[in-house]
Amino acid sequence: MAFLPANRAMAVRPADAARNFFFVLPALVIFAVFYIYPFFELLRLSFHDWQGIGPMHWVGFQNFRELMADKVWWNSIGHAGYITLIALTFQNALAFALAIACDREIRLKRFYRVVFFIPPVLSEVVVGILWNWILHAGVQGGEQVGLLNNFLVEIGFPQMVHNWLSDPKTALTCIAVVHAWKGFGWGFLMLLAGLQTIDRQMYEAADIDGASPWRTFWNVTLPLMLPVIIVVVILTILGSMQVFVLILSLVSQGLVYHTEVPVTRILGAMSGTNQFGYACAQALVFGAMLIVLSFGLKKLLNRVRWS
Amino acid sequence: MRHAFVRLSCVVLFLAIFGCGRVDRHSETVELWHWMTDRDETLQKLARQYEQETGVRVHVELFAPSDAYSNKIIAAAQANVLPDIFGLLDKKPIVASFIKAGFVEDLTPAFEADGGAWQAELFPPAVDTNRFLPGNVEGVKPGIYGVPIDLTNIQLVFNRTLLKKAGIAEPAKTLDGFLEQVATLRRVGVTPFVSGFGEIWLVDCFASNYAFNILGEEKVMRTFQGEVPYTDSGWIEVLRVFDRLARAGAFMEGIVTKGNKYAEQDFALERAAFAFNGSWCVNVYHDMNPALDYGVTTLPAADPLLPMRSWGGAGSSFVVSAHGPNKEKAIAFLHWITRRDQQIVLTHETYNLPSNREAVVALPEVLGGFLRTMAHTTHPMIWSHSEDPVVVEALDKGIQAIIIGDATPEEIAARVQKVKEQQLRKLRRPGGF
Repeated sequence: MAFLPANRAMAVRPADAARNFFFVLPALVIFAVFYIYPFFELLRLSFHDWQGIGPMHWVGFQNFRELMADKVWWNSIGHAGYITLIALTFQNALAFALAIACDREIRLKRFYRVVFFIPPVLSEVVVGILWNWILHAGVQGGEQVGLLNNFLVEIGFPQMVHNWLSDPKTALTCIAVVHAWKGFGWGFLMLLAGLQTIDRQMYEAADIDGASPWRTFWNVTLPLMLPVIIVVVILTILGSMQVFVLILSLVSQGLVYHTEVPVTRILGAMSGTNQFGYACAQALVFGAMLIVLSFGLKKLLNRVRWS
Repeated sequence: MRHAFVRLSCVVLFLAIFGCGRVDRHSETVELWHWMTDRDETLQKLARQYEQETGVRVHVELFAPSDAYSNKIIAAAQANVLPDIFGLLDKKPIVASFIKAGFVEDLTPAFEADGGAWQAELFPPAVDTNRFLPGNVEGVKPGIYGVPIDLTNIQLVFNRTLLKKAGIAEPAKTLDGFLEQVATLRRVGVTPFVSGFGEIWLVDCFASNYAFNILGEEKVMRTFQGEVPYTDSGWIEVLRVFDRLARAGAFMEGIVTKGNKYAEQDFALERAAFAFNGSWCVNVYHDMNPALDYGVTTLPAADPLLPMRSWGGAGSSFVVSAHGPNKEKAIAFLHWITRRDQQIVLTHETYNLPSNREAVVALPEVLGGFLRTMAHTTHPMIWSHSEDPVVVEALDKGIQAIIIGDATPEEIAARVQKVKEQQLRKLRRPGGF
C-alpha cells in the first residue's frame, strides 16, 4: 500500500465511506446534541434578555456591554485568579515535595500515598462541612466552638482567634487554602507517577559524579519532570478557575462580593436574579478566557516537550 | 453477520436518539415532583393510602435541594415535560411567567365548586399567596393557581433556658428593648442572635419586615415602582437597624456566611438565645435536640407605634400542569391531601402548620405560637408590586456589608439606588420590559 500513488491509496469506495460514517455517527450525534447544539443555544441566549421562562427579548450586544462594565464580575475573575495562584504555588509545591518524599525508600510509603489521596476523593460539600467545623467562629459557654480557634486558645494564642470565613481579609485565603488542601492529592499522584518514570541510572550517574542532592534535583529531576509539571499546572489552572461548590459549601451565597468567583456569578445571574441571557454572556466570556488560557498553556507544553 | 451488525447498530442509534425523549404523556399515574426532604416519607405514605382508597396511583418523586428543584422545573418547562403536580419556588414574576406561558392550570373553578367549599376549608393567607388579584401588575388572569399543603411564617424564636440564665423574663417587643437584652446576654457570655444570613432571602425577609414597620406597605411598594428612592430617610433607618444590631454585638460571629442549616444547628445546640427562622424549624429542632425549650414571638419593632409584619402564608404549594394528561386526577389528589385527616397526618408527622383550618388539633406548643402570629403576616406573593431581583441582590449584599462593618447604611442606600436607577433605565428604554 505504501508504494501506491497517494490518490489511489486514499481512495475509499462510497459504500465503505458510508459504512465508516455509520460507525462514527453515534458519537457524532451525541457530540452534536450534547456539545454543539448547547453551545449555539448558549450563544443565541446571550443576545437575549430572558427570565428562563416566557418570551425572550432580543437585546443584541447589551448583555456583553453590561458585562464589560460589571465590576463585580471582573473582581470575581480576580478572586478566581488568587485561588489559582495559591493552588499553583502552595498546592503544587506541597504535592511535589510529598511526591519526592514518597518516591524514596521510606517507611509506610504506601500508607502515605493513600492518606494524601483521601482529600481529592472527598466530595466538595463534605470538605466544606468539615472545614466549616474547623473554621467556625462561634462561642458556647465561653469556649470556642471552631476547632482552629479552640486550638489557638489552648496553645496560648487567644489573640489570634478570628472570624475566618466572615472577614474579607481572610475569607478568600481560607477558601484558597481549603481548595489547595483538597486538590494537592491529584498533583501528588501525577507527579509521583512522573518521578517513577525517571531512570534510576540517571541518579546513580549524578551520584558517581559527586552531585549534591540539590544539584541532582535541579539538573536531573526538574528537567525530566517538566512535561508532567506543565500538565499539572494546566489542570490546576482549569480546576481552580472553575471552583464553586466548595465556596457555596463554605460561605453559602458568599461574603458580600468578597468571595465571588465567575461560576458563582453565573449561577447567581441564572437562578438568583433570573437573568438567563446575562448568565449565558458571562459563561461565553469566561469559557473563551479559559480556552485562550488552555491553548496558551498547550503551546507552552509543546515548546517544553520539544526543548 | 454484517447485516445483523448493521441492524443492531440501527437499534442502538435509534435508542440513543429517541431514548431520552419526553416521558409518556398518556400515563395513568399522576406524577408529583417535590423538594421537601423532611416530608417525603409522609407524602409517599399518603400517596399509597390514596391509591388504596381510590385506585389512582400517585408517583411521588423528590428532587432536593430546592435550588436544584427550581432549576429542574424550569428545564422541564422548557422541554415541555413537566409532571402533573409540581411546585413553583421562584419569585412572583417567575410564577407569573409560568402561568402566562400556559404551564399552570387555573384552579379557581375547583376552589369555587360547591359554593367555594374547598376554599373555605383552608386558612385565607395560605390561599391568598396562591392567588392573583384583578388588575395585578404581572398581567396574569385573576384566579387561584396553587394548592397550599401547609402554612408557614418566619418569626423570632427564643431559647428560654438561655434567657433565664441572663435573667430575661420574656423577649422585648421593641428594638431598643431588644438591644438592651443583647447587652445583657453578652455580659453572661451568651451569643444573642443567629440566622442563616449567608442565604440572602433570609436577609431580604428580615429587612422587608423592618421596611414595612418603618416605611409602611404603601411606601415600600412605591419604592419598588421607582417613586421613592432607597436614599429616603426611611430606608436608611431600615439599614440602620442592621448597623445598630451589629454594633451592639447581637449577631453570632460569622452570621453573614452562615447557611440556614448551620444557623438551625447553632440554635438547636443552644449556642444562641434568639434565631430568625420559619415555622418549619419546629421539625428541624425536634430532630436535632428534642429537649430544646423555646418559644416564638414577633421581631422587636423599630417603630412601636406601627405594626410589625413578617413573611407568612402558604408554606409549600403545588400547582397542576395545564398540559398534563391527568389534570382532573391531580386536582382531586391535591384536594384530598388538604382535607382534615390528611392534614392532621402531615402536621403530626412533619411538625408543620396545616393549611386546613379544621386540622388545628393538639398542635405542639411552639407550632401554636407560630399559628397565633399568623395574623401579623404578609408575603411577597400578595404584594401589589415586586422589586427587581438585581436590586434585591444589591440591597441584601449591602446589608451583609453593613453587618461586617464594610460600609455604612448611607453608602449602601446610595449604591442600591444607583442599581435601581440602572434597572429602571433598562425598563424604560425602547423595547424594555
